[in-house]
Amino acid sequence: MQHRLLHSFSFRLAFAYMVLFGFSVLLLLGFIYWSTAAYMSRQADATIAAEITGLSERYDIDGLTGLINVINERLSRKPTGSSIYLLTTTINTPIAGNLNRWPGIQADKEGWLNFQLENAGRDKNEIHLARARSFTLTGGFHLLVGRDIYELEETQRRIIRALILGFVITLVLGSIGGIVLSRRVMKRLEAINTTSREIINGDLSRRITLQHSGDEFDSLAGNLNAMLDQIEELMEGVRRVSDSIAHDLRTPLARLRNRLELLRAEQEKTRQDPTLAEQAISDADGMLKTFNALLRIARIETLHHREAFKKIDLGTLLHDVIELYEPLAEEKGQSLSLQVDTTVYIQGDRDLLFQSMANLLDNAIKYTPPQGRIEITLGEQAERGWITITDSGPGIPEDERLQVFKRFYRLEKSRTTPGSGLGLSLVAAVARIHGMSLKLEDNQPGLRVRCEFTTTHSTNINES
Amino acid sequence: MHTLVIEDDIETASYIAKGLKEHGHVVDQASDGKDGLFMSLENDYDIIILDRMLPALDGLSILKTLRISERQTPVIILSALGEVDDRVEGLKAGGDDYLVKPFAFSELLARIEALLRRGEIKPDTSLMKVADLELDRLTHTVKRAGKTIDLQPREYMILEFFMQHAGQVVTRTMLLESVWDYHFDPQTNIIDVHISRLRNKIDKEFDSPLLQTVRGAGYCLRESSA
Repeated sequence: MQHRLLHSFSFRLAFAYMVLFGFSVLLLLGFIYWSTAAYMSRQADATIAAEITGLSERYDIDGLTGLINVINERLSRKPTGSSIYLLTTTINTPIAGNLNRWPGIQADKEGWLNFQLENAGRDKNEIHLARARSFTLTGGFHLLVGRDIYELEETQRRIIRALILGFVITLVLGSIGGIVLSRRVMKRLEAINTTSREIINGDLSRRITLQHSGDEFDSLAGNLNAMLDQIEELMEGVRRVSDSIAHDLRTPLARLRNRLELLRAEQEKTRQDPTLAEQAISDADGMLKTFNALLRIARIETLHHREAFKKIDLGTLLHDVIELYEPLAEEKGQSLSLQVDTTVYIQGDRDLLFQSMANLLDNAIKYTPPQGRIEITLGEQAERGWITITDSGPGIPEDERLQVFKRFYRLEKSRTTPGSGLGLSLVAAVARIHGMSLKLEDNQPGLRVRCEFTTTHSTNINES
Repeated sequence: MHTLVIEDDIETASYIAKGLKEHGHVVDQASDGKDGLFMSLENDYDIIILDRMLPALDGLSILKTLRISERQTPVIILSALGEVDDRVEGLKAGGDDYLVKPFAFSELLARIEALLRRGEIKPDTSLMKVADLELDRLTHTVKRAGKTIDLQPREYMILEFFMQHAGQVVTRTMLLESVWDYHFDPQTNIIDVHISRLRNKIDKEFDSPLLQTVRGAGYCLRESSA
């Protein structure tokens, strides 16, 4: 499930949406940060800059004493405040202010510097940072004005924490929402897929259940159902036509055959040569055989009573097929071998399976030259069983391998050999109702027919 | 031989009737299910040929009614439905044999003969004999003119079936159904190959062939009249 979830289109869509959404949220949070925390820093810097301007103006007017007075006055107004002042001589000897020495950090081009305060705050473990700006007065005195930014930083940290938390919550909620949403979409799609598979497996009467919510899925399902109705109607029509053709032609053909038989009996009685009548009878038999095969394939394809399937021992079945055909192979000097690895069971129809294996073996014998080799193997691994029928005949060209299962399709070179072109169609029909996959492979030289299917081990009372 | 043919298709019915009359049967015909049931209950037929799909009353219902009334008349069901399930259904309802339409008259005749002679088959004797050919079911040995013949298991089963139906026509379909127990249509006349193998063993070295081909029908194991 997890694996399939990652591959589902709806999940990928939800994921892409999450990435986009996360990016937008990140952008929004960035803006919030810029307009709060960053604004506070900018605001603090602006205050410091304004104060320096004010103090340097005071120095220009009142001289050094005036400046010292102002500094001391400001410090006494807020002795525990966050303001930092330091006035030093040219060689950095402190004259006034609440810093005992000039910080050992180089200021940037505009005179801004960040440094750590000693003995600030109530808790010794608290690290207090200061942001300050240095300014050189006209007399060579250095003025440093700053702020203890501990509170500011704390606030900023809180804002950042809140923003990160907000981002994570958004992502988590969004992901959950995405998964739930894509699961729901997948469930609806899966319902459509399950029904489709059942239809592919032959049950054309199945329809997708509508939820009557009037959404896109319902309209998709509705359209598919309408399409299926149409297909079923068409197939029913074709089936009716081909059934009635086969049936309606079969009856007069049977009568024709009967009359020919009467004719032959008549000729035998009156001592005439019955050869012509006999040939006509065998022609009629050939046509009847073709009609019967067509009707049979049609009936197998619409077979719904899979419940009537029984547990079949394929080893025994293959053994019987081989025993039946062995004299034919022997006549052509072909070697025929069966290799059974283990006992393999399948749920199926014994006679139909026998028929399709017989058709395959019949073909192998027919198309393999004298002295050729035909091998049949039966095996099973992890509930998957396989039967291979390998011959040393001419094989089937790759581009024709799918065609040969179609009705009346015959390879160019085999048009002259007897056969109806329906043998493999019947094999395909039987394979389909048994859920068998059929593959034609190159044996270099020759053909390998590979049937794969799900085996069964369950005990069955109807065991045959 | 008194035979009832219950068949609604006039062509088929008259074709069967004509053929059977030529082979010495006295044939009654019914063209719908009700008539068929009344006639089969009123008279004591030797065999009934019953179409499965009939107007008024279907073939299987007639058959079930017959069997409930304790009539053991042999019944051959004719049907256009040839799948195994249909066949099983027909035999379960009390049919003795099942023939899918269209069929060759010779096939029907062979099956009628087999059914009529069923009662005659001697109690399971272990030793079966046709002319100088012997088959011992206890020891599974086959001898001709005192000489032991080595047969494959399936060849033995074929011969055993022929012995049980000695003097009767055995069709290829009958052989497939009884000896192989699979209902299927071989693409090749595979049965002929088996027969020729069996022939090679039991007939080849001997003057008079016992296993004869019956043209247009099948085979027959019998002492050659010539």
